Amino acid sequence: MKLYVNGIEHDLETPPLESLLTALREELAITSPKAGCNQGGCGACTVIVDGEPRRSCLTPLAAIDGASVTTVEGLGADGALSPIQAAFFDHYATQCGFCVSGFMLAAHTLLEREPGAGRDRIIEGLAGHLCRCTGYVKIVEAVEAAARGDVDLSRDRDRESEFLTEGSQA
Amino acid sequence: MTHSTNVLVPQSPEEAVASFGDGAGITVVAGGTIVMPELSSGRLRPERALVLANAGLDGISAANGAVTIGATTPVLALVGATPEPLSTFAAYVGDYEIRSQATIGGNLCAPPGPESPRGDLQAPLLALGARIRSAGAGGERTEPVEDFLAGGEGRLVLAIEVDEPTSSGASAIGRPHAHNYTIMAVAAAAGADGVRVAVTGAGPRAQRLPSVEQALAGGADATAAAAKATDDVTPADDALASAWYRARMLPRLVEQALSQL
Repeated sequence: MKLYVNGIEHDLETPPLESLLTALREELAITSPKAGCNQGGCGACTVIVDGEPRRSCLTPLAAIDGASVTTVEGLGADGALSPIQAAFFDHYATQCGFCVSGFMLAAHTLLEREPGAGRDRIIEGLAGHLCRCTGYVKIVEAVEAAARGDVDLSRDRDRESEFLTEGSQA
Repeated sequence: MTHSTNVLVPQSPEEAVASFGDGAGITVVAGGTIVMPELSSGRLRPERALVLANAGLDGISAANGAVTIGATTPVLALVGATPEPLSTFAAYVGDYEIRSQATIGGNLCAPPGPESPRGDLQAPLLALGARIRSAGAGGERTEPVEDFLAGGEGRLVLAIEVDEPTSSGASAIGRPHAHNYTIMAVAAAAGADGVRVAVTGAGPRAQRLPSVEQALAGGADATAAAAKATDDVTPADDALASAWYRARMLPRLVEQALSQL
């Protein structure tokens, strides 16, 4: 079994009928895809497989031998957030964070399929994702901003993030 | 937990049929949306698993008024590309990711769930008079979807063939969330041999409503024919809805679907 995860080739020892989620978390120690419900109903394990969003908990390894997998770590370039990541930062679309990687990967592929998607299409496209903090308002606002192209990618969010952390400790 | 399972990944339809054999001791994995939780939890420990991802059993083709749909065609691909009311029902399954992963063959073969019925696409396939091509003990055969569903488990679905109806109808009880199984939905299709009507969610599997069909053939209007629906089914009582509610909603849904013909 072979997978390309965020551009890196891996030969896997996880048995072929185990889920992609198990291989990512247990063998490759990539823990951004979350094991929420383990039956496809929460969206937290969603990753991109060959360009399409997939529930990694429902995907047996044997079905995707040789595929390219993108987790949230692979969304942006080195040192630069992707538009959807930057929009989530700007709109405070993250609370506990458990659902966020699934939401961002689904939203990223949604905007690839439907650039400029409106609010109704965004809500329909993300219908399979649960946020137990119920932060849906901010999540949808973030995706709407990314769909409008209303994201300033030149901003240095690393510095802002440090500043905010220092400020809160003072 | 799956270490002892012999995993077969056929690379062609012929290889899939050969690997399936008579189906004894084998679990078929198409989209995986129903079977993977069973495997991951250890509730299901098959001797052999047949993973169909690379078997070339997907695709939609049309010829002479009939549409042939490969067994592993994703539910998402049915939307806008197959005859109504199948297309509308497909758009109503799960969410985007589930629709792009789940297959029509898997939905057709979905056993009733522990808490509610499932297999939403069975109703439009019954309404369209679908023909099912399958392999297994005794070789390949093509049969009406009613016979396939009555035959139980143990066959490998290869393809599903439907004709374009002259008109169709679809109605459903709205879902509170994309992940709820359908409480109840009705499919109707008119063709050369009259109107077929089927319901999903009323019982463990979808079923036709012959009393409604006969009333229509006898000249009854939609309201009068729809009132016959409860002659054909004893609605289920489960976690999604009570039998009381289903019995009152079924004639309404049938009337709605028939009014679209």
